[in-house]
Amino acid sequence: MTLRAVLVPLAALVIFGLLWELLVWANGWPNYKMASPSDLWPAFWKFRWLFLEYGWDTLWRTVVGLLVAVIFGVGLGMIMGFSRLMRDALYPLLVGFNAIPKATVVPIIALLFVGQHDMNTILIAFLISFFPIAVSVSIGLSTLEPEYRDILRSLGASNLTIFWKIALPKTLPEFFGALKVAVTLAFIGTNLMEIVEPHGRGLGHLFDSGKISADYPLMFAVLIALALMGILLYYVVVALEKIFAGWAERSPT
Amino acid sequence: MTNLIEIKGVRHAYKTQDGPLPVLDGLDVSVPEGGFVAVVGPSGCGKSTLTRLIAGLMKPDEGEVRLHGDLVKGPKSTVGMAFQNPVLLEWRTILKNVMLPLEIVPNRLSAREKEDRARELLALVGLEGFEEKRPSELSGGMRQRASLCRAIVHKPEVLILDEPFGALDAFTREDLWQTMLKVKEREPFTGVLITHDLRESIFLADQVVVLSGRPARTQYVMDVHLGAERTLDDLYTPETAEALNTLRHQIQIAQGRAPEVAA
Repeated sequence: MTLRAVLVPLAALVIFGLLWELLVWANGWPNYKMASPSDLWPAFWKFRWLFLEYGWDTLWRTVVGLLVAVIFGVGLGMIMGFSRLMRDALYPLLVGFNAIPKATVVPIIALLFVGQHDMNTILIAFLISFFPIAVSVSIGLSTLEPEYRDILRSLGASNLTIFWKIALPKTLPEFFGALKVAVTLAFIGTNLMEIVEPHGRGLGHLFDSGKISADYPLMFAVLIALALMGILLYYVVVALEKIFAGWAERSPT
Repeated sequence: MTNLIEIKGVRHAYKTQDGPLPVLDGLDVSVPEGGFVAVVGPSGCGKSTLTRLIAGLMKPDEGEVRLHGDLVKGPKSTVGMAFQNPVLLEWRTILKNVMLPLEIVPNRLSAREKEDRARELLALVGLEGFEEKRPSELSGGMRQRASLCRAIVHKPEVLILDEPFGALDAFTREDLWQTMLKVKEREPFTGVLITHDLRESIFLADQVVVLSGRPARTQYVMDVHLGAERTLDDLYTPETAEALNTLRHQIQIAQGRAPEVAA
């Protein structure tokens, strides 16, 4: 069962790679039109140290941005979930903010905090990813059935106890659902900053230098590296979900 | 003799966008210690408001709600509640669900004693062997049994049942009625049962209170003729048929006074 769980996705990956290779080969495309998987290994090998170093930059900035998004998003979600007034007040503001393409925010942030590259990158990763978390937490809290509250309140429980024992655990499945979306969004945010305002660090910068030096296999190799890191982080979230909200998954009977 | 629950002249109106909506208008209910009163009435007549008043979750605009002669000012841990929706916590096992009140109500029980108490009750209602299951793995009737255990685990003086069997099929419901009587015998409490089912009210309670349509007042009170030992056969005697008929007639009067409106 567990072997199957590993083999099936792995086989799908291999088949995808082969089809890609075939597509490039059948069309006779040169690698400046589309690099094939067999071109990627040399690119990876040639820049292996840069991949490790820049990959780490991108990874930690994304994770920190995501953590800030979780703290801020959960806080905002709690405020909107418990107060009708705050929900009515903040929703339009939040939706409007989320509708702004973040690529347009990048130069603003870059000008606002000139030279603070780490902070700028983390900021964009955070700004792009907190929205789904805030919305899901607020919906989770505001849709708590009144009977749940009554059961605890009739026993004399404080609001804090009600939050801790019921509201928080009950919202966890929604929270993790949103976190899965947020984790990929945070990656987009980090790379947006690294590519649009290059400052010599991160995989986004490596992609940009590939573009400048017309090293197309390198550009594709960066994309693959980003995809792999995205998969890694996503499954970290899935593992956390299994631990903290595994009860929400019904056994297939 | 003083009653454990004493509700006198209670009036209450909810504030809505279309102005105040009176739900209770002169409600009198008294339940002696160890008694079990069923409250029936047309739907939307304010029966659930009554449960919230007794539980101290809200205060009436007028009139008084007393437990042991003391005015109810807020939630008291001497009250247990069960609703139509069993509201079990999906992330806890059945055992941990039943133990929840013991985590909140101050008590001197050790962790071991809390668990023993919960296990004892689960066995009493026929849920032995399901302690480690999650609520989603249980049937509706079993979930309701667990909910009942949770309502009485902290030995409340007053048990409030708000249509607890309303969503169950007829056979499961009759099973639960019998479980309820067994629980009452082993774990004495003073009960208020809100229900739509007249047979249920007669089978479980010593007294049936009929409320009028909204705004509700006490319209009719009937003492149940059945003794402490009851079987389902008692529901098919001429005396019971007559009592049911009287109640049905009273409900029709209640509905006539204020035709049902969507709540």
